[in-house]
Amino acid sequence: MLLQKNQRVVVTGMGAVSPLGVGVKNNWEKIVNGKSGIVKIPSDMFDGADMLKSKVAGIVPRGTAEGEFDVNEILSVKNQNKMDIFIHLALKASQEAIDDAGIKSLPNKDEIGVLVGSGIGGISSLSNNIKKIQETDLTRLSPFAIPMMIVNMVGGQIAIEYGFRGPNSAIATACASGTHSIGYAARTIASGDATIMVCGGAESAFTSVSVAGFCALRALSTSYNDTPEKSSRPWDTGRDGFVIAEGAATLVLEEYEHAKKRGANIYAEIVGYGMSGDGYHMTAPHPEGEGAYLSMKRAMETAEINTNEIDYINAHGTSTPLGDMMEISAIRKLFGDNIKDIPISSTKSATGHLLGASGALEAIFSIMAIKDGILPPTLNLENPESGTEDLNLVPNVAQKKVVNFALSNSFGFGGTNASIIFKKVS
Amino acid sequence: MTNNIEEISNKVINIIADKLSVEKTKIKMNSTIMEDLGADSLDTVELVMALEEECKISVSDTEAQELKTVQNIVDFVAKKTAS
Repeated sequence: MLLQKNQRVVVTGMGAVSPLGVGVKNNWEKIVNGKSGIVKIPSDMFDGADMLKSKVAGIVPRGTAEGEFDVNEILSVKNQNKMDIFIHLALKASQEAIDDAGIKSLPNKDEIGVLVGSGIGGISSLSNNIKKIQETDLTRLSPFAIPMMIVNMVGGQIAIEYGFRGPNSAIATACASGTHSIGYAARTIASGDATIMVCGGAESAFTSVSVAGFCALRALSTSYNDTPEKSSRPWDTGRDGFVIAEGAATLVLEEYEHAKKRGANIYAEIVGYGMSGDGYHMTAPHPEGEGAYLSMKRAMETAEINTNEIDYINAHGTSTPLGDMMEISAIRKLFGDNIKDIPISSTKSATGHLLGASGALEAIFSIMAIKDGILPPTLNLENPESGTEDLNLVPNVAQKKVVNFALSNSFGFGGTNASIIFKKVS
Repeated sequence: MTNNIEEISNKVINIIADKLSVEKTKIKMNSTIMEDLGADSLDTVELVMALEEECKISVSDTEAQELKTVQNIVDFVAKKTAS
């Protein structure tokens, strides 16, 4: 039998490093208070940054002050140089999540796995190494050139750091990587392949080829270069593309009975997970949101709940002209008239789009909404797009609401979709 | 010649300290690169590349396998740069 079990899966730890800073508590306080993590791209951040039309980004604040990311705190200089930045960020986020869950000293490391995804992986390391061999010759390439950049090395490094010998894997489904990683990690536990999974997403793609590549796709915001905090504005008529961001977010998932037995703090249960493909276009979403609809529908079916039971949707909502309204169409098709009673917000309005890490960060915000009964706002929603008049898009200011079920969506290039549902555990 | 060896030793110790992130005071002539200084197989490849670059020498894979201690490296660099 391929699947042995059907176990319940709960979240017992969380960690985040985002443009809002380091730490879940810090991130949540800022997002609830309407703070933006989006800034102007420093002209020396990568070669040619000045030439690009989009000059705004969500950059993780570096430094030694509270809430700032200091790589020296987690890695020796020697080890820093063996890993791309996206792995540094993931190690920090997973340190917080693992400490939070209190699983570091658990004896059975064979049952603890890791599944952390990334949309692009170590592209800045790759770029630097290509430059190096162009300037010298092929024999001058570091032996770390490959292991420092491959996507699954995040999982590898986390497992090396903590000695975890459970399933170790990675998912690269562009901007859906984070949500797919959590969903697959949950299934890994549900099926009995692991008792605990550290999962999520990590991304840092601030290098000429990636930012210029998104610019070439006309995917990035270009009209708010002098007011970066205004640039990410999902569903606003002034939206003009997403804002590229970096960061990492990880969750510790655990089999319910195991968590209960050891007295772990349980944030929420994962009750639904759905996946789909668009089968339509490389980068454009299906015009009627058929893939997004199917992914949410399948998540709802696995959760075995009715459409009037969802209390909050953390939308993919990237602030692109097409994507934002496609998602609304898909939600409307699935939830019908109930949509009026379901607040929908996009936290990308504050963080920018963390690509492969976004789904994991948004899972954390969805869980915090359940935990605190607060809905994080959609910033910069000044003139809502027509066709959203009847909706509560949680404009600009956080709202209070008891949340029992929260749904989070992620959609990626290639037409890949994932939806996940969290439930309050009483 | 003595001066030359001392120069080479300092240079080698600097390269090792930089590549392996160890304090210079902890690097003794009889320190082994892997056991004492904590390098793994990939670190040693990178260390040899740094030696090649900074000492302007070339090291074959067979030669690299013999470079087990700091003394080995100093002697090797001295021999290679002598001519």
